[in-house]
Amino acid sequence: MDYEVGKSTYLDVYFIGIINTLVIAFTGIIATTFLGFVIGIFRLSNNIVLKFFSSVYVEMFRNIPLLIHLFFWYFAVLRAVPGKREKIDVLGSYAGINVTGLYIPKPLFFDGSTIFLFSILISIALAFFMSSYSNKLRKETGQQLPLFQINLGIIFLIPAFVFLFLTYQSGAPVEFQIPEFKTDGPKLKQGFVKGVGMSVHPEMIALWMALVLYTAAFIAEIVRAGITAIHKGQTEASLATGMTKGNTLRLIIIPQALRVIVPPLTSQYLNLTKNSSLAVAIAYPELVSVFAGTALNQVGREVEMIFMMALVYLTFSLITSLFMNWFNHRIKLVEK
Amino acid sequence: METKYSFVRKDIVSEQPPPLTQVGITGWLWRNLFSSMSNFTTITSSVQSILMILLTIWLLYFCGGQLISIIDFAIISAVWSDPDGLKRKVCATVKQGGELPADWYGACWPFIFAKKKFLIYGRIPDEELWRANLVYAGLFIGMGYIIWEKGQGRKWVGLGMLTLFPVISLILLTGANFDISFNLMIWTGTLLITLYLMGYFSSRNYLGEIFEQFSILFNFLALILFLFLALLVLFAIDYGLAPIDTLDWGGLLLTLLIAITGIVASLPIGIVLALGRRSNMPIARVLCTMFIEFWRGIPLITVLFAASVLIPLFLPAGADVDKLLRAVIGIILFSSAYMAEVIRGGLQAIPRGQYESAAAVGLSYSQSMRFIILPQALTHVLPGIVNTFIGLFKDTTLVSIIGIFEVMGIFRAASQDANWGSHVQHATSYLVAATVFFIFCFGMSRYSIYIENKLSRDNK
Repeated sequence: MDYEVGKSTYLDVYFIGIINTLVIAFTGIIATTFLGFVIGIFRLSNNIVLKFFSSVYVEMFRNIPLLIHLFFWYFAVLRAVPGKREKIDVLGSYAGINVTGLYIPKPLFFDGSTIFLFSILISIALAFFMSSYSNKLRKETGQQLPLFQINLGIIFLIPAFVFLFLTYQSGAPVEFQIPEFKTDGPKLKQGFVKGVGMSVHPEMIALWMALVLYTAAFIAEIVRAGITAIHKGQTEASLATGMTKGNTLRLIIIPQALRVIVPPLTSQYLNLTKNSSLAVAIAYPELVSVFAGTALNQVGREVEMIFMMALVYLTFSLITSLFMNWFNHRIKLVEK
Repeated sequence: METKYSFVRKDIVSEQPPPLTQVGITGWLWRNLFSSMSNFTTITSSVQSILMILLTIWLLYFCGGQLISIIDFAIISAVWSDPDGLKRKVCATVKQGGELPADWYGACWPFIFAKKKFLIYGRIPDEELWRANLVYAGLFIGMGYIIWEKGQGRKWVGLGMLTLFPVISLILLTGANFDISFNLMIWTGTLLITLYLMGYFSSRNYLGEIFEQFSILFNFLALILFLFLALLVLFAIDYGLAPIDTLDWGGLLLTLLIAITGIVASLPIGIVLALGRRSNMPIARVLCTMFIEFWRGIPLITVLFAASVLIPLFLPAGADVDKLLRAVIGIILFSSAYMAEVIRGGLQAIPRGQYESAAAVGLSYSQSMRFIILPQALTHVLPGIVNTFIGLFKDTTLVSIIGIFEVMGIFRAASQDANWGSHVQHATSYLVAATVFFIFCFGMSRYSIYIENKLSRDNK
């Protein structure tokens, strides 16, 4: 949704704020989960280098306030990158960063992209079907299919085939527009060309980096606690019954560890969402910043607007706790 | 008959040295480093080993490089002194009008040294610094004494630090002598005496069955009113101290003050909320649950915004609550909700037999809580409580967003000073601010781990 001066209402501003909050929260949660799990597992490794650096990381990021991370990224790192007429290459010359933001290739969708997207969805559905079929087969006959390889094939090969077919028929359905950087011409026109490629604002990069790196430290600790909570006898017993190491991890350790990990993990996700409100300090246009900041200053209806803002966060937290209750109920140990 | 052996060993084999991969430096390295990357027996494990080798090298190169660059920034490349009083030029490269090489990037310590007083005390006037120093001294001596294992009466010192110390330091720092109306004190006093008498009589069943149920409530309210009245009187007395505006407080002093006030206030409120959430009275339970879920559901920055724009709306015209006080109230309410959840966890972990046997030996609700349940519950969740404190300590940085100059705010303000403007000004400020927070938070978490280990040792 775009903001148009003079046309958009304050309600539009409200929704823009919510959308920006959700964008940061959603992308941040994916990245921080990945990073947190990797670091948490590194901390349990018997390789001293991995252990040392992940411990340093966790202690360093956990014990420093998020606001300092945010200011550090925004004022000390992103202000130190080259000015508007220069750039630092990221990923060769396909993407670049300078003081106006990060420029990355932008996907352009042509005719047939819907078919392509559809084929991806169908292949995922097929993979699900395949796994339930293999489960059924295993339960009935004891026969094990190489499920992982089959599903990998389904998910990659079908879309790839469709892509090639569409390209042969009518040209590629998806192309990437690479950001253009001008080095010639008048001095004032040099730099990244507007509207070519996708640009990410420095505020968003700073907020995203700070939130992801900060939350990852907490998630790493949760993951570590979850894995160490599983008694060593579980691993030994499952190896003794003849399970492979991979199956032990997949069928014995992870399901039990998840029972410990998921509840605090969801509360970290909620924390990340709530912490995205710190963006008000560096003016990323999320809910608190544009609605409780700019709009409130113009309108002056404090009670209503603060209430509306609190309502959004309360809704998020309510949804999260509903999910938590459902999850806890599902994985609860059935005791006699 | 004797069997013919070709060789019979007559002497005992001398002890062999243990294999190199088991002892000494090589053994340690083998166990902790190479064992994870030396399995080449199958294809899968060889791939894993090679990936592990690459990962280790990359980590050493990248993360090690980052660590070294921080050390280089803070110590090796840093400018340490400014003997000629050049101010910003001492940290400038040749291009910027200084003398340092063009690619220089290091901390500018003279900038921090010059702002030292500002960062530690804020804008408290020079002649009143002794008051702030007294607060610092009280804090560090008190804390040191509590941590010192052999100290006599550490319990009482701890209690004093939690109750008397905040009051004394607030009197010292504000100068007290507030203009508190005499009427307010009289009314509070009257109400207090009424409540106390009602509690006294109702507990002795002079007022009938219904009132007897509420005797705890009366006593509790009377206690709160008594504390409130005592504070009013203490803050109304003229101690002959010059008043200092709270907006002049700043830096480390303010961060510590907000954090300590928050900690001192949120613990008892949290306990009350947690007990309320687990009580059998439906109204108390619903109210406490709603309170906790509301404050836990919204971000602190929203609370601070709301505190700065909403609280004045509910006050009579002309009445002004101090900006700092509003923020502190917001922080206290926010963190007491988190504290309540932590303590509730502890209460739930106490087996039901404890509650039942406490009731069976004839202890009243408040007695069983005070002597049986709470001591166990609080010990049980000590790590969680300290974690909440650490979170609160870190959250104090947020008040800088609404224009209160605690550590983060004061560093932001200091790094705007054009006299020291250089390209490393921001990075230096953030490095120092981060170090300050790191020291306090890391210290707290280590101490809580130590206490936890000690308690679990004592129990065995």
